[in-house]
Amino acid sequence: MKILVAVKRVIDYNVQVRVKEDGSGVVTDNVKMSTNPPDDNAIEEAVKIKESGKAKEVVAVTIGEDKAQETVRKALAVGADKGIHVKVDGIIEPLAVSKILKKIVEKEKPDLVFMGKQAIDDDCNQTGQMLAALLNWPQATFASKIEVKDKSLEVTREVDEGLETIEINIPSIVTCDLRLNEPRYASLPNIMKAKKKPLEQINASDLGIDIKPRIEQIKVEEPPKRKAGIKVSSVEELVQKLKNEAKVI
Amino acid sequence: MSALLIAEHNNKEVKPFTLNAITAASQIDQDLHVLVIGHSCEAVVKSISEVPNVKKVIQVDDAIYENYLAENFTSAVIKNSENYSHIVCSANTFGKNLMPRIAALLDTSQVSDIIKVISNDTFLRPIYAGNAFATVKSTDTKKCITIRPTSFDPSPTSGGSAEIIKAEKAEVSNLTKFIKREEVKSDRPELGTARVVISGGRGMGSGDNFKLITAIADKLNAAIGASRAAVDAGYITNDHQVGQTGKVVVPDLYIAVGISGAIQHLAGMKESKIIVAINKDGEAPIFSVADYGLEADLFEALPQLLEELNKLNTIQK
Repeated sequence: MKILVAVKRVIDYNVQVRVKEDGSGVVTDNVKMSTNPPDDNAIEEAVKIKESGKAKEVVAVTIGEDKAQETVRKALAVGADKGIHVKVDGIIEPLAVSKILKKIVEKEKPDLVFMGKQAIDDDCNQTGQMLAALLNWPQATFASKIEVKDKSLEVTREVDEGLETIEINIPSIVTCDLRLNEPRYASLPNIMKAKKKPLEQINASDLGIDIKPRIEQIKVEEPPKRKAGIKVSSVEELVQKLKNEAKVI
Repeated sequence: MSALLIAEHNNKEVKPFTLNAITAASQIDQDLHVLVIGHSCEAVVKSISEVPNVKKVIQVDDAIYENYLAENFTSAVIKNSENYSHIVCSANTFGKNLMPRIAALLDTSQVSDIIKVISNDTFLRPIYAGNAFATVKSTDTKKCITIRPTSFDPSPTSGGSAEIIKAEKAEVSNLTKFIKREEVKSDRPELGTARVVISGGRGMGSGDNFKLITAIADKLNAAIGASRAAVDAGYITNDHQVGQTGKVVVPDLYIAVGISGAIQHLAGMKESKIIVAINKDGEAPIFSVADYGLEADLFEALPQLLEELNKLNTIQK
């Protein structure tokens, strides 16, 4: 079995994002970038399945500018066998990403495609479901547990009401939630070894698909700021304030 | 053209957020139709037909729709989507799972999680965990939109009498099989709609210590929330998680206990009307969004809080 894992390079989750003064977007210059957190869970799960003997190969793919390769290198350093970088500059929407991934799936012929459930930059939560639709494959989103069976997966999903378990035929798409596993860190020797693993480069423009944005970003602005609050000195004062000032209890 | 809203329900009752989605969808287009896909869902269809903003209800009823599998729902939506300029759904786990599958087949670039309708093609949506708001304009002819339910008021539930029509089931997928759903039953208000929410974080130290939170939640008729750290640590189940990848809540009162206030948690609660933070670390980022901050050890403060609440003659419910 072969698993393709899609990873995205995003602003690190610990960075306090700042909006550009001209309203054209957020500041990304000199800002720490990392792999989208649930994509780390996706790679980890694929590598674990490979280690259990149920998969033979894990391929990591990323789409983006040249520096997005770092994300693939990191995936290679934690156990992926091969990397693919699809080069695109500028904004690329989930619909276009899923069209590119479909081309990669047709070329690589994986049995499973894993990715994070949501990217923490645009917070769209679309790509996995869109790819599943384009391939007419079943989907399991927000996975917190994956059990590989003979010709199917049993996946536990985190839903608003609690947990849901479904069985999906292979080939299929799984989008991973943060509690699926504990992603490992890359060791220094493995980072060095990853540099020798194959990393294929493809230009998105050579794939023959329309990836132009369909959504015009008119402006990006700071959200309204909350008024600064106060510190209270005791529980008694807190309760009095909530009762008499805020009038919420 | 008209807008088509996909209702979320459990085959017996309409899920409350469907009413918020109806408000949002009717701001996009006054001619709002609601698609109810389910199994033996007559009661749902009837109650939606009584919502004043709804002009027509389309019922697609079959046993294959019992468990809301995205594959089967998608073909049912596509089959009924022809005459609509907008397809709308709530951005909760139901809509997040379903809508992109529909959008891709319609070759539409979905606009996720909108918090404001500016015009029928332009919307406001939070990005980067709500640290920026983007105004976006969709150029697709058919638009797929998910709405953040807590950013729109629920529509009234009575006074309307929409036409009800029945539609045939669509193509069936056998690629996915439903196995089970483990719902956490509780007498408390739902986290997403509760007037008061009290949440615990890593500072709670154990699942057992959440009983301190429970006692106050009982007193205030509050829902119980949690930070990702508390859920990851196994103190409490995932359905309680508030944050960027959990639930977004906007109660009148949000009490954050032992929560440091990571960006990802703030994304889920910083629109609350009044925020209280109880934390022993005076530098914790949660204090930057709190209206009332109490720098204290939660294991002392929570029992005191319960005691003070017990002294009050009346408490709003």
